Amino acid sequence: MDSEKQYIDLYNECRSMIFNHSASALNVVRDRAFDDFKCLGFPTKKIERYKYTDVPALFAPNYGLNLNRLDIPVNPYDAFKCDVPNMSTLLYFVVNDMFYDKVQPKGHLPEGVIVDSLCRVAAKNPDFIEKYYAKLAKTEDDGITALNTMLAQDGLVVYVPKNVKMERTLQVINIQRSDVDFMSNRRVLIVVEEGAEVKVLFCDHSADDRNFLTTQVIEAFVGENAQLDLYCLEETHLKNVRFSNLYIDEQSNSRVFHNSVTLHNGVTRNRTDLTFNGEGAECNMYGCVIIDKNQHVDNNMLIDHKTGHCSSNVLYKYVLDNESVGAFAGRVLVREGSQKTISQETNRNLCATKEARMYTQPMLEIYADDVKCSHGCTVGQLNDTALFYMRQRGISLSEAKFLLQFAFAAEVIDQIKVEPLRDRLHHLLEKRFRGELNKCEGCKLCK
Amino acid sequence: MLEIKDLHAKIGDKEILRGINLTIKTGEIHAIMGPNGSGKSTLSAVLVGNPLYEVTSGTATFNGKDLLAMKPEDRSHEGLFLSFQYPVEIPGVSMTNFMRAAINEKRKYNGEVPLTAGDFLKLMREKRKVVELDNKLANRSVNEGFSGGEKKRNEIFQMAMLEPTLSILDETDSGLDVDALRIVAEGVNKLKTPETSCIVITHYQRLLEIIKPDIIHVLYKGRLVKTGGPELAKEIEKRGYDWIKAEIGEE
Repeated sequence: MDSEKQYIDLYNECRSMIFNHSASALNVVRDRAFDDFKCLGFPTKKIERYKYTDVPALFAPNYGLNLNRLDIPVNPYDAFKCDVPNMSTLLYFVVNDMFYDKVQPKGHLPEGVIVDSLCRVAAKNPDFIEKYYAKLAKTEDDGITALNTMLAQDGLVVYVPKNVKMERTLQVINIQRSDVDFMSNRRVLIVVEEGAEVKVLFCDHSADDRNFLTTQVIEAFVGENAQLDLYCLEETHLKNVRFSNLYIDEQSNSRVFHNSVTLHNGVTRNRTDLTFNGEGAECNMYGCVIIDKNQHVDNNMLIDHKTGHCSSNVLYKYVLDNESVGAFAGRVLVREGSQKTISQETNRNLCATKEARMYTQPMLEIYADDVKCSHGCTVGQLNDTALFYMRQRGISLSEAKFLLQFAFAAEVIDQIKVEPLRDRLHHLLEKRFRGELNKCEGCKLCK
Repeated sequence: MLEIKDLHAKIGDKEILRGINLTIKTGEIHAIMGPNGSGKSTLSAVLVGNPLYEVTSGTATFNGKDLLAMKPEDRSHEGLFLSFQYPVEIPGVSMTNFMRAAINEKRKYNGEVPLTAGDFLKLMREKRKVVELDNKLANRSVNEGFSGGEKKRNEIFQMAMLEPTLSILDETDSGLDVDALRIVAEGVNKLKTPETSCIVITHYQRLLEIIKPDIIHVLYKGRLVKTGGPELAKEIEKRGYDWIKAEIGEE
């Protein structure tokens, strides 16, 4: 329990500081989460869902925290300029784990819609928090979720009331900003009520050349006949470690579209748990990972078909270069009685070098007899015949490789329904494959 | 234009070309015929630099330059084109992006600026007419879901776009119906100028009735065993290859 000790000590010593700088509705669950964390510790590689990432080692270094909620000077527009052109989004910033309210987006939210600081909503409306907070993200199941719940002081709330269909995309820029090595624990709560629709885009960036460790827990409630489009784009630097646990609850006839894109990172571990709690719901889960150097991305997914007549579709694609390591494990669980389930799970990967490693583990567990399910995975190299065909037409080997890799990864991006975002991601993908992403104008590191 | 001397090549441990000598002058059309497995496709693959084949000895000079020392893409830039016997499907890469990359890399090689998007699309429109290629195909992925005939037409369309000086057509007539064969062959004729040369690899006389070759070679067991005028193709159509095998002292 070496890695855990510093966090246990921290909580014991700074408990009152954490409590004082947060809201009581959030504090209610802390001690329980602390007990769970003490009991669970960090998941080790012996735990099935964590076998590809060494979690305790990543939490072992000593990072600074901002439990006193001091303002960290930042101009988010300066730190982040890569907005999406031609796309009229409602733009919000979260700096480390703090909702940034010095700038408000241009344009108004539809009546009743709330996009605000978690801490502020918890102070104003504790009943809301009590109803939804830490309900999907069970602290007794996951040591990282427990740690996040005991330490998270702020974050974001997105609430879309019944039958409100939001046209404009909500764009949330998460900026890592610190002058010292830093840990932040961010928390997001998304509630989409019956018949409501919303598109949310998270962009993770690091603004300083420091070691960052982030834990993030997102809980999303998608009500009956509601729709949530959730785009998560990570574009951080090599010294960034990110643990993101996403929990989604789908009620009957709801739709979830999730697209997770890792363009640049250090170490990333994404856990996604989606549960169907009503019939007629569907989810489309897409993921695209581009890694090289010694980057590491581990996507772990559980889709729980608790009710019948739901359909899930999963497609994750990785392109790995140099000595990077990728992992994908997706478990689709079709429970007893969940008849007429449709499920498809696919993971395709390209390893550009002999040193790149991909671990893939699509899993299908079926306890019902009238279902249509499939799963599969591939790990391979670029097609030599196609490469030669292109070279015969005068396309250089490097350009031919680029075109093939781009086409491979773009299949995931092409699923995005918001056209300007899709175009922007095509552009970013191209820059990434051409090795120009680090030279992006919005990144403070390359100025 | 092209001068091949005593060319030997193998795939794996199997020697396929066993001393090819061939000279092609500017403006000439040569046809290469021969039984299955005699090395026709290997010869074309070696000339364009397919890495699966290894040249063990001999030389090939293209417009005074050592062809075998060049990368495949540079051979293309120098004006060499192969119409593939089996055109490759490239899912996800659109014909437009594929052709634009090819055209602009060639321009770069020749020290020219890239074509503007407008000029490029105009060029595509113009060249599509050569083989009556549907506009819809231009928006699809390269060869993906194309019929056999469309794939071959697409090869000639690419040839029209790249304007090579030496084109090798490797069984471009195989799998084509009568009409498609005529469109493809007439397309090749439209692209023919006194400055360009052509190597046509085929089994059948009917293609050679439209693309009229000057010289016909017979390739057998990795060597060019017989060379003649257009009448040789008609003779082969009528009598097969046995008489040639007999001539060189084989059963």
